[in-house]
Amino acid sequence: MLDYVLKGGDFDTAGEASSKIKRILQQIGVRSDVIRRIAISSYEAEMNVIIHAYSGVLRASIYPDRTELSVADEGPGIADIDLAMQEGYSTAPDHIREMGFGAGMGLPNMARCSDEFSINSVAGEGMKINILIRHS
Amino acid sequence: MTVNDLVGTLPLTVVAGQDRLAAEVTGGYVSDLLSNVMGFAAPGSVWVTMQGHQNIVAVASLAGLAAVIVAGGAVPEPETAAKAETEGIVLLTTPLSSFELVGQLYRSGVKGQ
Ligand SMILES: Nc1ncnc2c1ncn2[C@@H]1O[C@H](COP(=O)(O)OP(=O)(O)O)[C@@H](O)[C@H]1O
Ligand SMILES: [Mg+2]
Repeated sequence: MLDYVLKGGDFDTAGEASSKIKRILQQIGVRSDVIRRIAISSYEAEMNVIIHAYSGVLRASIYPDRTELSVADEGPGIADIDLAMQEGYSTAPDHIREMGFGAGMGLPNMARCSDEFSINSVAGEGMKINILIRHS
Repeated sequence: MTVNDLVGTLPLTVVAGQDRLAAEVTGGYVSDLLSNVMGFAAPGSVWVTMQGHQNIVAVASLAGLAAVIVAGGAVPEPETAAKAETEGIVLLTTPLSSFELVGQLYRSGVKGQ
């Protein structure tokens, strides 16, 4: 089980947690297409904390047959989850969009890449995402 | 076809990853939206973008891309080049616009998926 602390607005180290997770999965010999789905999911989850929240923790639990990712953050949370799940929906500000973030595809990418996916949020407090991806 | 083949025939400058030019190129993708690249660029692709900030390195690494080409004469930030070097990502630049570069890549045999 690996925990990575994430800080809102910290674009300099963005993606490092996901890169570490990817490296471990490669070392234990998980199929590359499965690693790709896990890496996409963890990157999008990681970026959402950095873009939209104040702080959070990304936890990766790697088992022989599956990887579970959970991301819990403190931040504004999501009031309307169905709306947030729509492709193209984003509340990211302009300066973030100029960097190529805020396409509104993060949550849909995560859902597409995972075998099980759930979001829980208390608006105004934060949110938690649970993702399960099987290795075969 | 390898990244090196492209560097030899197109107006591309190697900014980082000189030791990775033997990587096989299996396709191409062009987008300035990072999640779009993350979700849809096939592994082994060359990625053409106008983004020059350091987050393009993590995207290229996680998506398993063969190279990133920063087009339109844009200059990648120094941190981007440094990060690409440590992460082992090939970073190239070109004075050509994205449109013109993609046309030349396509003519060289690099196709989308
Ligand atoms: N961790 C988070 N905290 C608060 N809001 C979030 C979080 N993650 C996503 N959201 C909300 O859901 C929207 C859609 O998210 P996503 O699909 O990842 O697109 P993007 O990040 O490009 O805006 C975001 O614009 C934001 O309003
Ligand atoms: Mg997002």
